[in-house]
This record gives sequence, C-alpha cells and structure tokens, in this order.
Amino acid sequence: MKRYTDMEYLRLSKGRKFLYKIAAFFCAIPRGLKNFFLGIVRAVVNFFQSIGREFADIFTTFVKGDWKTKLSYLVMGFGNIARGQILRGLLFLLFEAVFIVYMIVAGAKWMSMLPSLGKVGPHEVYNAVLDQYTTEYGDNSFKILLYGVLTIFFIIAFIYTWRVNIRQNKISEQIIKSGKPLKSGGDDLRSLVDDNFHRTLLALPMTGILIFTVMPIIFMILVAFTNYSGINDGYANNLFTWVGLDNFNTLLAWEGAGNVYSATFGEILSWTLIWAFFATFTNYFLGMFVAMMINKKGIRLKKLWRTILVLTIAIPQFISLLYVSKMFDKNGIVNGLLSDLGVIRQNIDFWGSTAHSALLPRVMVIVINIWIGIPYLMLIATGILMNIPADLYESAKIDGASGWKQFSKITLPYMLFITGPYLLTSFTGNMNNFNVIYLLTGGKPINAAASSAAGSAGYTDLLITWLFKITTGEGAKYYMASVIGILVFIVVAIISLVVYNLLPSIKNEEDFQ
Amino acid sequence: MNYYAIVNNTLEFIKENALIVGIIAAFCVVAITVGMWKVFQKAGKHPWMAVIPFARDYTLTEIGSTGLIGVLAYVILPILGIINLNGIRYFYDLNKGASKPIYAILFVLGTIFLAIALFFHVLSSIKLSNAFEKGTGFLIGLILLPPVFLLILGLDQSKYVRSVSTSLGLKASRAISNTLIHIVLVIMAIIWLVPFVCIVLQSFRTETKPDGTMITWIVPDVFPKKWGLDNYINLFKSDFVDWYLNTFIIAAVVALLQTFIVLCMSYTLSRFRFKLRKGLMQFMLILGMFPGMLTMIILYRVLKDLGLTEAHAVPGLILVYVASSGMGYYISKGFFDTIPKTLDEAARVDGATRAQVLFKIILPLAKPIVIYTVLTAFMAPWGDFVFARYIAFGDSSGMNAAVGLWKWLTQDMINLRYTMFCAGGVLVAIPVAVLFMCLQKYYVEGVTGGAVKG
Repeated sequence: MKRYTDMEYLRLSKGRKFLYKIAAFFCAIPRGLKNFFLGIVRAVVNFFQSIGREFADIFTTFVKGDWKTKLSYLVMGFGNIARGQILRGLLFLLFEAVFIVYMIVAGAKWMSMLPSLGKVGPHEVYNAVLDQYTTEYGDNSFKILLYGVLTIFFIIAFIYTWRVNIRQNKISEQIIKSGKPLKSGGDDLRSLVDDNFHRTLLALPMTGILIFTVMPIIFMILVAFTNYSGINDGYANNLFTWVGLDNFNTLLAWEGAGNVYSATFGEILSWTLIWAFFATFTNYFLGMFVAMMINKKGIRLKKLWRTILVLTIAIPQFISLLYVSKMFDKNGIVNGLLSDLGVIRQNIDFWGSTAHSALLPRVMVIVINIWIGIPYLMLIATGILMNIPADLYESAKIDGASGWKQFSKITLPYMLFITGPYLLTSFTGNMNNFNVIYLLTGGKPINAAASSAAGSAGYTDLLITWLFKITTGEGAKYYMASVIGILVFIVVAIISLVVYNLLPSIKNEEDFQ
Repeated sequence: MNYYAIVNNTLEFIKENALIVGIIAAFCVVAITVGMWKVFQKAGKHPWMAVIPFARDYTLTEIGSTGLIGVLAYVILPILGIINLNGIRYFYDLNKGASKPIYAILFVLGTIFLAIALFFHVLSSIKLSNAFEKGTGFLIGLILLPPVFLLILGLDQSKYVRSVSTSLGLKASRAISNTLIHIVLVIMAIIWLVPFVCIVLQSFRTETKPDGTMITWIVPDVFPKKWGLDNYINLFKSDFVDWYLNTFIIAAVVALLQTFIVLCMSYTLSRFRFKLRKGLMQFMLILGMFPGMLTMIILYRVLKDLGLTEAHAVPGLILVYVASSGMGYYISKGFFDTIPKTLDEAARVDGATRAQVLFKIILPLAKPIVIYTVLTAFMAPWGDFVFARYIAFGDSSGMNAAVGLWKWLTQDMINLRYTMFCAGGVLVAIPVAVLFMCLQKYYVEGVTGGAVKG
C-alpha cells in the first residue's frame, strides 16, 4: 500500500481520507500482531533471564559469603542477628518458624488434597460408644480449595522472604566491608514514618485488597474449572471436583446440551452492549445539553435547576428506582393519570413483553436511566464548559459561525477530549450497572425460551444481573457464575484496551492544542 | 410561470412571513394529530400512533387496508419529500450564487418521484375516506396533509429558522430562545420532582376500605383521599427501626475507616515514587475490571463460617465495604497531585519526617477532598443494595434499610407494605439528602476533578 506523507494526506478529499485511514488500519494489523507476539516472546525470555540471574546471585552469595551468611540460608535472619540487627533477624526467624509450623500442621494436608479437591464424601460411621451409626461429613472441597490457594500464597511469600533475607546478608557484608555502621532496629522503626512511610501507609489498604479482592478473584477463577454449585454448600454433599474447560464449552457451544446457556448468553451479551451504548451516550449528550441550557446567559435561577436535578444523586437509588418502577406498574400512578386524562383506555404494562420481544421495558429502562444519569453529566459538563476559553467562541462568532457550528467545532471536541477516559469508564460501568436493572425490572420480563435452565434470565437482564441470579436462589450454579464473570472481564478488558488506544487525549495530545 | 418560479416565490413568501407560516403550520399539525387521534381511537388502533410520524402513516394504511398504494403514499411520500427538500435548498443556494450539482440531480429526481407519489396519494386518500365513510371535507383534508408536512420540514431547516430570528431582531430572538429554555427547564424540574413528591404523598395515605382496613397497596391516584401519619407510626412498630439503626451504624463506621484507607492509598500513590508504584496502579486497574459481585460468593461463605452473616451481618458488611475501599483512590489521588510538591520539599528541608508532612501540611490543605471522601463513603453504604442483599438476606434483624425495604416490595409483601415502604423511603432519604445538599459544593468539585483526570 502506498503511504502518503502528511502534506499529501491533507490534500486528499474527505472520502479518500477515510478510505486511506481504513486501509492503513488493516495494513497495520500484521505489524501489530508481529509486535505483540514478539513482545510476549521477549517478556518470557526476560522472565527466565531474570530468574537465572537470581539463581546465580543466590549461588555466588553463598560461595563468597562468610559463615553467618551461609547459615542464614537455613535459618533465616541468623546473619542479621549475628551482626547486631536483632529486630530484623527476629522477624525473619519468626516468619520462618510460623511457616514451618503451618506447613506441618495444615499446609501440607491442604496442598496434597488440592489436585483432587477431596475424595471422601459424607458417610455413615459406626460409633461404638453410642452404639449407632452417625454421619461423618467427609472432605469439604470449598475449604480445600480455599486453604489450598492460601497455602500457595504463603509458599510464594515465604520464597520471596527467603530471597530478601539472602540479599540482606549480602548487603550487610558489603556495608561492613566498607566500614560503615549497620542500621539498628531503632533506625528501621524510624524509617517507617519517614523514608519507608509509603510502606506503612500502604500496609493496611493493600492487605484488605489482597484478602478481600485478589484472593476471592483467584478463587473464583479457579471455580470456573470446577463443578461447584449450590448443592455443595450444605452439609449433604461438600464434594466437588475439577472439570477442566467443560463449563466454558457449555456456555460457548452453540449446539448440544449447553444450547440453553449459549443462546441465553448471546442474547444477554448483545443486550448488555446495546444497553451500555445507549445508557452512556444518551446520558452524555443530554446531560451536556442540559448543562449548556442552564449555563446560557440570561437563564434565571440557575442554582435552583441544578439543585432539583441533583436530587436524584442525593436520594439513594434503591428508593427512587424502586418507587419509579412501581409508578410505572400496571396499576401504578402513571397508568392512573393517563387513563384519567383519557389518553389510554387500557392500562399499559410497561414492564411486560409480547410473545417474542420486550422493546417497551428495554426502552423504559434506558429512559429512566436518563433520569438518573443526566444530573451527573450536568455537574461534570458544567465544570468543563466553564473552562473553555471564551475567546474561542468570540473569534468563531466574528468568523460568522452559527450556534451549531460553534457546538460541533468547539464545545463537542473539547468535551470529548477532556472526558474521553470518563466516557470509557462510564461505558464499562454501565455494562455492570446492577442497581438500575435489578431495582427497576429485576431482569423481567422473563425470557421463556431461555429461562428454565439458565437462572430464569429475562429480557432486560444484563450479564451482571444474570450472574447474580445464577448465584442466588435454588440450585445456585457458582461455576457458571464465575465463567460469566471471567467473560465479563474479558469483554470489559478488550473494550477498554481498544478504546484507550483510540482516545484522542492519550493518542495525540499535541493535535488538540 | 414555471415550477422553478413557483418554488422560488413560495420560498420568498415563507422567508418573509416565516412567523405566520410557522404558526399556521404548527396549528395544522396539532389539528391533524388530534383528528388522527380520534380516528385511531375509533378504529381500535393505538391512539399514540398519531403522534409518531411514520408509524401514524403506516397505521392509516392499515385502517384503510389500502395495501401497497397506501404504503407508497403515506410512508414513502414523506421520505421523498425530504429528498425534494434538498432540491429547495438547491434553489436557495442558487440565489446566493453557490451551485451544487448534487442538489440539482436530487431536485429533479425528487420532483419526479413527488409527482408520482402525489398521484398515489390522491388515489389512496379517496380509498381511505371511503373506508371511513366520510364526506369530501375529510378527503380534502387528507389530500392536503402531505404539503403541510413539507412546509414544516422546510421550516426545520436552520436557514429559515434564522430568517425568522433576523426578521425579529437579535434581542427579541434571544428573549424567545431563553423563554423556550425556561419552559423546558420547568418541565424538566417537574419530571425530576414528580417521583419524589409522589412518594411523600403516598406515605401520608391513610384512606380505608369499606371494611375499615387501611389501603396499603398500589393505588393509581396521586393524592391521598385521607391524610394521616399512620404509615409512620406503623413503621416504628416494625423491623424498620432495626434496619435504620443498622444502616446508620454501618454508614458511620464505613465513612470513618474508608476515608482513612482511601487517603492513605491516594496520598502514597501521589507523593511517593517507589519501585512497584506503576505496577500497583495497573494491577488495580485490571482488578477493577472483574465484576465485584464475583467475589461475593466466596466472601459470603467465609463470612458465614465466621458467623458474620444474616443476623450478625453488620460487622460483616462493614468489613466487606472497608476492605476493598483502597481501590477507589483515583479521585483523591488526582487532588493530591494538584498540591505543589515544593511544599513537601520545604518541610523536609526543615527536618520534618514524611509522616509530619502528611499530618501537618498536606491534610489541612486537603479539606475539600477529605469531605468529599467522607460524603461518598457515607452515602454508598447508606444506599447499598447489592452486597447487603447477598450477606444480610436471611435474617430480618441484620438487614439494612435497602434490603428490608426492597423485601417489602416483593410479590407477597407489597399489598401489605407499599405505603409503609413509601414512608420508610422518605425517612431514609431525608438525612442523606440534607447532608448531600449541604456538602454539594465539595461533591461537585470531586466529581468534576475525577471526570477530567479520568
């Protein structure tokens, strides 16, 4: 393909420019793929190289080090204690002791059971004392998986600490050789509010994130490869096992036994994307429009209008949304008003569906979301619009630009440039907008074709509400929920990556100015 | 006089008398819509169809069962009209000396099609008026309908609109547009307020049925027939008091702890440059792409084993809300980034430790963002539904207000508790709404800053 220089490109007509862009995009794909795979190869090579370097370092430290260092390989922290850094040494020693005791008491057992997730189901055992059969619950796969994951975390942490311990010995030796004093325990403590203050500050938040976000996510990713369902939650049967990629096959296969799931998944995914698109852009443009109306010169009571709109942010959504959903009930106020005015003769079932589609509830959900979303956008847009330099508009006016021209050439590009990242996050946020859907419709009307097996999915269900439905109620299918969760992650990640690379504010910051 | 001249003269006329033509056209539209409404009502079709342009035309062909001819006349005709409109624009441009060949082609084509379509239109109009058994007046009205439409579409063009405003003068046109905006704003304010006004009204509804029991379900009237405080009194006899207390405890504790954690996190990521900083931020970005609900399954099981669900859900919920709150550092980090670093450095030179810098210098400056964080950290658990629904579902005494009130609106409770739900909703909304309105300024600052930084 012929490449144009910048000047040549600028001389092209609009249509040719567009075609050229498309062609350039497709021509760039092979190069992009090549770079991507080369990048992966390079990363892998780097990874192994750095591991090799670590091993070499560990080895040379051992060979060159004195006896204190050598003993530290076995007894962590020995070197620190022997050189007078009692506090550090004791911490290392304590960690090693805890690790060894844990592995002997429990860790080894959990690790050994991890590959099978337990074999002994509930069974009856003869109890000689009571002279009767009692139930033994057997292995609990949930606990095995959970503690197995925790044990792996612990082992990794131990290996890391061991490595730090060795490096410390090496550094201490170097410092002693150069004749400087080592840091005392007091120095260490003091640095926690000074040079190492960031560690102190991050300790609590990161622990919370590790235990309450990272660990559950890893656990749930693993669950996607098991058959863990609501049945395994009670005491009747705590056993579940690894099933490999079966669950992904069920969800993504378009034929066979999993058909119900895959059809439902397809439908819900497409509705989720449609919903996210409309929910994001209707709010964005209408919110901007409202902000411009309120900001216009000569509009009175600006503060009043803003305050009224902001009410929907101030009042908890579960109240406003639940109430609005009941307002549009078949016997609700809206129907009552409309029939009093003689507009309708028959009450409209806003949340109902016809045999094959559910256009009305879907449109309703989007419209009510506008009611919820405009105030946010109005607040954001107000702030940004005030920052647009006024001389831009003045010179445009002198050049004879109409109101629409001013909007499309100045206001809109400015807004899009500044709020690009926000648009992206609000798109992905809308994909996972649980509150609006669940509180308004609960996913209803029920999609009869797909409901029976697949967690009674409805026409307005998003992936996230479907996931919620699958994990609650009778016969919760946790494995399916985590498969859906992983797929949601993949969709969100792909959209974010693609859009992030297309965003003007990231791509060509200079162009705009 | 040829066709060109007719169009040209018509255009001139419209330009000169734009206001009058516009008013007449608007009147015609209203009259036609009302007429259609009645016609549709009589024919048993949905009257709303009369308002939606193309749906209305299609329904007309359905009523008249005019078949293909009707479809041609009522559905395709307006489209062709729009094409022809471009022809009119061609004339407008021609007058100014700008000639665009595409308009000329469109104009010729449009005119030909329009002539054909008009012919079919007359045919189908006769058929329709026969189907309704109406007189010649109706027929004439029907035949005249599309030309009126064309006029309105023509007025839609901004050039003519502008010719209206220039004929009125700048001041007057601005006054008109401002009046229009005020009208729109008033309508919007009403739409935004109606649900809240309605819920307050419902909460005072105490009318009784003939047998003396109170009406507690959905009633299609806006205003109560009998006012009273019975719903609120009943509320204090129910589990609602527990829920309210739970919600308050959760929200207050979470607000404190979460603010602390978020400030730690954002201050660190804004001020310190350490080895894993970039990696940490990217890692949390990726973590945020997982649906948070996914973690609920395991957290529920673990909390259940610890005995922190259902009846004792309050500490469990606090734990869940607070633990992961470090992920929401973006907005306050953006704020800390705006505080100049030279302040820190000056203090460090004077011998202050990093901790002293944070507590003595940065925090006093960061008052707006601290208030913003407290406010959002309080409001989120106050209205949270998802996690609470999962963790505190089984036992009434551990629920927060959101779950409890939601339960009152489920199928088997709604007929007994609907008006009480409204009263409860009012009580839950008031404190947080008042708090929000007082601190609105800080909220706006935070949200705007957050959106700009992304």
